[in-house]
Amino acid sequence: MKPFAPEEKAAQPPSLFPDFRSSVTRAPASAPLKIPQTLTETTGPAGNGIWERLMGGNATDLTKQYKGEPLGERIIVSGRVLDENTRPVPNTMVELVQANPSGRYAHNYDQHDAPLDPNFTGVGRCITDAEGRYRFITLKPAAYPWANGPNTWRPAHIHFSIAGPAFATRLVTQMYFPGDPLFPLDAIACAVPEWARDRIVCRFDLETTMPYWALSYLFDFVLRGRDATPMEN
Amino acid sequence: MAGQTPWQTTGPFFHFGFCWKGGADLTGDSALGSRPDLTAPGHDVLAEPGTTNRRLVKGERIEIVGQMFDNTGAPFTDALIEIWQANAAGRYACPEDNRAEIPLDENFIGFGRAATDKQGAYRFRTIRPGRVPGPGNTLQAPHIAFGLVGPGILKRLLTRIYFADAPENDEDPILALVPAARRSSLIATREPGAADIYRFDIRLGGPQETVLFDI
Ligand SMILES: [Fe+2]
Repeated sequence: MKPFAPEEKAAQPPSLFPDFRSSVTRAPASAPLKIPQTLTETTGPAGNGIWERLMGGNATDLTKQYKGEPLGERIIVSGRVLDENTRPVPNTMVELVQANPSGRYAHNYDQHDAPLDPNFTGVGRCITDAEGRYRFITLKPAAYPWANGPNTWRPAHIHFSIAGPAFATRLVTQMYFPGDPLFPLDAIACAVPEWARDRIVCRFDLETTMPYWALSYLFDFVLRGRDATPMEN
Repeated sequence: MAGQTPWQTTGPFFHFGFCWKGGADLTGDSALGSRPDLTAPGHDVLAEPGTTNRRLVKGERIEIVGQMFDNTGAPFTDALIEIWQANAAGRYACPEDNRAEIPLDENFIGFGRAATDKQGAYRFRTIRPGRVPGPGNTLQAPHIAFGLVGPGILKRLLTRIYFADAPENDEDPILALVPAARRSSLIATREPGAADIYRFDIRLGGPQETVLFDI
């Protein structure tokens, strides 16, 4: 049994980032205590079929969840879940949550003055294949305002949750789109140090764009890999 | 080598996607865990439960209830709490735990999710986990790993819960690393008058701040 490699802390946002106002009261007061990884941390819901048993199967085409066709720009978002040694992570759950193309979430607390679409919810699930691949067909979400300041707007983004092979490898993040003028102004994206910020931006890809049908964006998730040295026991 | 993907907050609008029916009920058929109250009408497309027969899970059934508070002591009203635990025999439902001599429970996976409510409260129905090995030749006391995300949290916070009535706590190798004065923040206590309900409150600040872990 080998532990996972350390988190690349320099590339991660800090807990407390005052420009992101809600982190001021929600960041923990004390630093976390370093502990060795045990079987609790090096395991997680992983393996063939486990995610289907836990929460049901794939839902990868967000444009076909209702009888009617939703309104908006159809896009393909695909890529791989890898570890930092570029080994694929198969059979892991990729969950997606996003606003609709008007910038509205199907959530009762979302007060943004923009319409819901009865044919689009903005949720998806995809269990990665043997090569760690996932693929969603969805609609491009829009920017929306938020109460971080008097005139603050979130750049268009998709929320992703990736389980990975173990409790230690879990990742929840947001994926942004290239060239968004709101991206450099966004307090959440800017909590990531500038040199690592392109890691949360997807790439437009003409090769996998489907002619006369949908633009394609590629994005790989990179999780912690295995440490080279075996665990003490 | 590739650089690790940075974390980002869940934001406040995750419930209609990340919470599923029964996600917080690891031992029964209830819908505990999903949040229809926060989902726009007609949009609960992914809320369906999985296919395990959770009523047949082996082990001592318990509930874990608690409240989460931010660093000012105000209720954390929209956190997403994830749990990961071994089954009653002390085996994890993961290929990495390949100790074939300890049985798996085909109906128990050991992963769950609950979102806190307006009072910061959450609830899981699960079983008391068995013991699993720790570093060296140690054995860990029964415990459940907790992961905390939500708006205002940029990167997951990690903690563990132990059980107040477990004598094994005294020899637990991870609890031993925690300063003695703070250990009680990791110990769930039995609710008065309810033998199977444990309370575990989570505080991100103050004198009883919950110990968080860096793994
Ligand atoms: Fe968002």
